[in-house]
Order: sequence, then structure tokens, then C-alpha cells
Amino acid sequence: MIDKIILAGFGGQGVLFIGKILAYAGMLDGREVCWIPSYGPEMRGGTANCSVILSDKAINSTVLECADAGIVLNQPAYEKFMPFIKPGGVLVVNGSVVKADHCRADIRLVRVPAGELAAEAGNPGLANMVCLGALVNYLQTANLASIERSIDEVVGKKKPQLREANLQAVKLGMAGGKVNLLCANGLVAEAVL
Amino acid sequence: MKREMLKGNEAIGAAAIRSGCKLFFGYPITPSTEIIEYLAKHLPKAGGTVLQGEDEIASINMCYGAAATGARVMTASSSPGFSLKQEGISYLAAAELPVVVVNINRNGPGLGGLGPNQGDYFQCTKGGGHGDYRVIVLAPSRAQEMYDYTMSAFNLADRYRTPVVILADGMLGQTMEPVELRGQVTTLPEKNWAADGCLDREKRKIAMYNLTNEEGEATALRLQNKFSFIQDAEQRWENYCTEDAEYLLVGYGTCGRVAKSVVEEARRQGVKLGLIRPITLWPFPVKAFASLKQIKGILTVELNAGQMIEDVKLAVNCSVPVHLHNRLGGMLLSEQSILRKLAEVFHLEVTV
Repeated sequence: MIDKIILAGFGGQGVLFIGKILAYAGMLDGREVCWIPSYGPEMRGGTANCSVILSDKAINSTVLECADAGIVLNQPAYEKFMPFIKPGGVLVVNGSVVKADHCRADIRLVRVPAGELAAEAGNPGLANMVCLGALVNYLQTANLASIERSIDEVVGKKKPQLREANLQAVKLGMAGGKVNLLCANGLVAEAVL
Repeated sequence: MKREMLKGNEAIGAAAIRSGCKLFFGYPITPSTEIIEYLAKHLPKAGGTVLQGEDEIASINMCYGAAATGARVMTASSSPGFSLKQEGISYLAAAELPVVVVNINRNGPGLGGLGPNQGDYFQCTKGGGHGDYRVIVLAPSRAQEMYDYTMSAFNLADRYRTPVVILADGMLGQTMEPVELRGQVTTLPEKNWAADGCLDREKRKIAMYNLTNEEGEATALRLQNKFSFIQDAEQRWENYCTEDAEYLLVGYGTCGRVAKSVVEEARRQGVKLGLIRPITLWPFPVKAFASLKQIKGILTVELNAGQMIEDVKLAVNCSVPVHLHNRLGGMLLSEQSILRKLAEVFHLEVTV
């Protein structure tokens, strides 16, 4: 089993952080893991992205030409990384920010109102975690239990007061992400949520 | 064994501490900065000191002084900064002082961008500074190897009293992977040459030049004998599916890692492809090629304009065609791109 995941958004939206959560989830599950940031010069407010590979076997190539799954938190990331998803793959979209009105017909598009759900979890800044939750439904190598262990490790030790809100955001994202927005002929259906 | 999630650069720092390195002198530069950052945070807790010099030249010369006392010492930089250290490295080689020098390659010439690149191969393996000298160069290809090879680097530096370079790129430096922090050096090898205070013993002198020609030649020959010995004794490489290979990839660092995926995919498609991944770039693992008689062609994969390919051609004495596949300027070679190139140059039936 292997998941190659691309994560992208504005700097400050917590893209690298959800990558880290995924990476720790994989490591704590005893998997092989790579967390690969794009580390070039970035402008404040510019696009940040990272990719994460979770695998049962040793990971060789860290150079991705395509990904099984992705999360895009802003419009430029949506436009840039949609072609990057493998046919049959899944793209989770932060529907509170991204106008996702077109899509490839050969991938699954999951649009979650991440901002609203994050507010519901108690912190609008957790839209990234909501999207992570939505993605977890579609991963082979991680589930809620592994994400929870990871949150305990990464968040719980340093900022225990934020543990519950982070976990709640993931759970709301999982529930929200199960309501698929399927693409038909490249057009996105009306919001179901 | 418990694994820690570390960036490649941090793994180098962690290994330095566990190798008994007590002194780090450096000047930060992307994409190597996490090394000094990690050590600044953790080395003092292990009883060591991190000092940011006013520049790279000062830092390498601080290493010279510190290594002369017998302590384990390291510095780290990235291409332009590494260039500034060359005079100091030449002096270290001449004075036979063990120092570990990390170079997280940027894509030069000049200031260079930050993307992954291997353009410093010549500089690292053929000298870099002035005079007749070589340094051992280790090329890790994943975070665990950033850790393991750093441990080896300190041992090699002490064993041969010579600077050892760890050459990696920004992708290796920045990528985070689980790393086993294995091994802990508790006692350093005896250093009966160190200038550590001569109370109750004969004075020792550490020098890196002779002004008499005759003595100068004798010293130079002794150094060359040491380099010849290292060249024979310390060639290291990894074979991957080479036993029955008809075609061969040769790549180190990030390229070596990607090339493994290429071998797996080619084998799935029935192509007998193997990989030699040099671990020591100097001494170049010439021995790796000696037993491979059935090879029809070689493709080197490099993130430079074609540097290691020269050593590969020498290693096989140009007995088989050797081609280059490369990217420049911080761009990467993907598995698919290498497969396409293989199919093209060797006329293979491969689906990409």
C-alpha cells in the first residue's frame, strides 16, 4: 500500500503542518514516510506546498510526477495541482475559499466548507485539519486512529489545549468529506452539503 | 528501534552529536541552515559548543584550530559558502586534521538557486582548493543515510587524519523521514598527534608546509601514499539488481534514490536493469564495475552538466557506451523521465 499526497495552499494556511500530521501518523503506524517540502524562495502570502508519501515498503523516488490524492486550500493551488492527480485519484478542496466550478471527469472531487466546519470545531484557523479529515476517508495508509495518535504526538505534547479542537476539526472533515461532490463531464455538481 | 522524524539536515546534526562532535563552527546558508540550527539547539546540552563565525572562511579556520586539539569538529555550508572554505580545506588536508565538512549543494555557478543540484561533484572529488590533495566524499541518498554516513565520516576523518566531505542536495536536506538514531560514540580514538597541552610529554607540532624542497617532497609523497591507500581501501557503493543486469544506471544522492524506483519499474517490464549507487564519490567505486561483464550500456543520472560520467567512463575504460541523463538549475529527474531516456538511448521496449 502506498499513498502519494500533494498538499497546497497559501503560506500560513497550515499546509506544511497537515503534511507533518500525515507523516507522523505514518511513522507511528510503523510505515515508511517522506515529507517533502517545496523549499524554494517563497513570497509572504505566496503558495506553499509539500508532498507526503506513506508506504508499507521502503520509499525510493521522492520525485513525484503525479499524486494519488491532494488537498488544495486556495484557488491557485486548485488550478495548479488538479492536473497533478492520477486518474481515479481524489482532490479535496477547501470549498470556503476555492471556487471549484470545473473539474476533470476522471478524478473524485471532494469539496468541504472547511472554514465553516473549522469555526464549528472552535477555531476558523483549522480549515486545514478539516480538509485533512475529508482526505483521510480516501487514504489507504491512514485512518482516524492514526491521525489521532499523530495529533497527540505533534500537538498534544506542546499545546495540549489545542488537541481537542484539532481532533474535532478532523472528525467534522471526515463526516463532511463523505458527502462526495462527484464530477460529471468535467462539471461540478451543485453543493450537496 | 524508536525512530525520530527528522529533516536530512537535522539527521546530520543528530549524528554529529552522537559521534562525539563537540564543536561546530559555521555560517548559515539555505539549504543547509537546519544543520547549524539543530546543533545550536541540541549540541550545548551534550556539552558542546556551536559558534557562528563572521563568515565561512573564519568558520573553517576555527575548525582547523579546534581539530588540532584532538576534538571532533564539524562545519556545514552550501555551494558558494563551501567554495569560500576551500583554502581552509586544503590547509586541513595538508596538516592532516580530521574535520567533517557538509556541503548541501545549491545549483551554481555563482550564487546559485536553492533547488536540488549536484554541480559540486568536480569541486568535491577533484580537489577544490589548491595543491595535490583529495578528501573523502560521502553521498547519502535518504535521511537515514544522512545520519549513518555522518557517523562514518567522523570515523574516517579520525582514522586517516583527513577532512571528510558529506555531499548532499537541498531535497535531501529538507525532506523529513523517520530516522533511527543508532550508535553512540563514548570514547574517541587515541590521538597521539593532538596539540592538547604538553605538560609531562614531548612537544608536538602540527604544520602544513615545508619550506625545504626535499622535505616538502617527502611530506607530499607521504600524503599521496595515504590517498592511494584510501583509494584502495575505502571505495563504497550499493549494488541494486546488478547481478544479471544488462543495462546499468549509475547515480548518487537524490538521483540514486530515484534510480532505484526506475530499476523496479524496468524489472517489472522485463528489462534487466541494475543500479550502482556510489556511496563514496572519492574514492570513486571503480571496483563496483570490475565484475560486471554482461553490461551492454550505462546511463548516468546526474543533476549537473555531466560530471560523474567522466569517472564512470574511466571505471569501465570506455568498454561500453556510457550516456548521460541530467537536469540543471534545480530541476529534478523523475522515474518516468529516466525510463523514457533509457528506452530512447538503448532502444528498449518500455511503457512509461
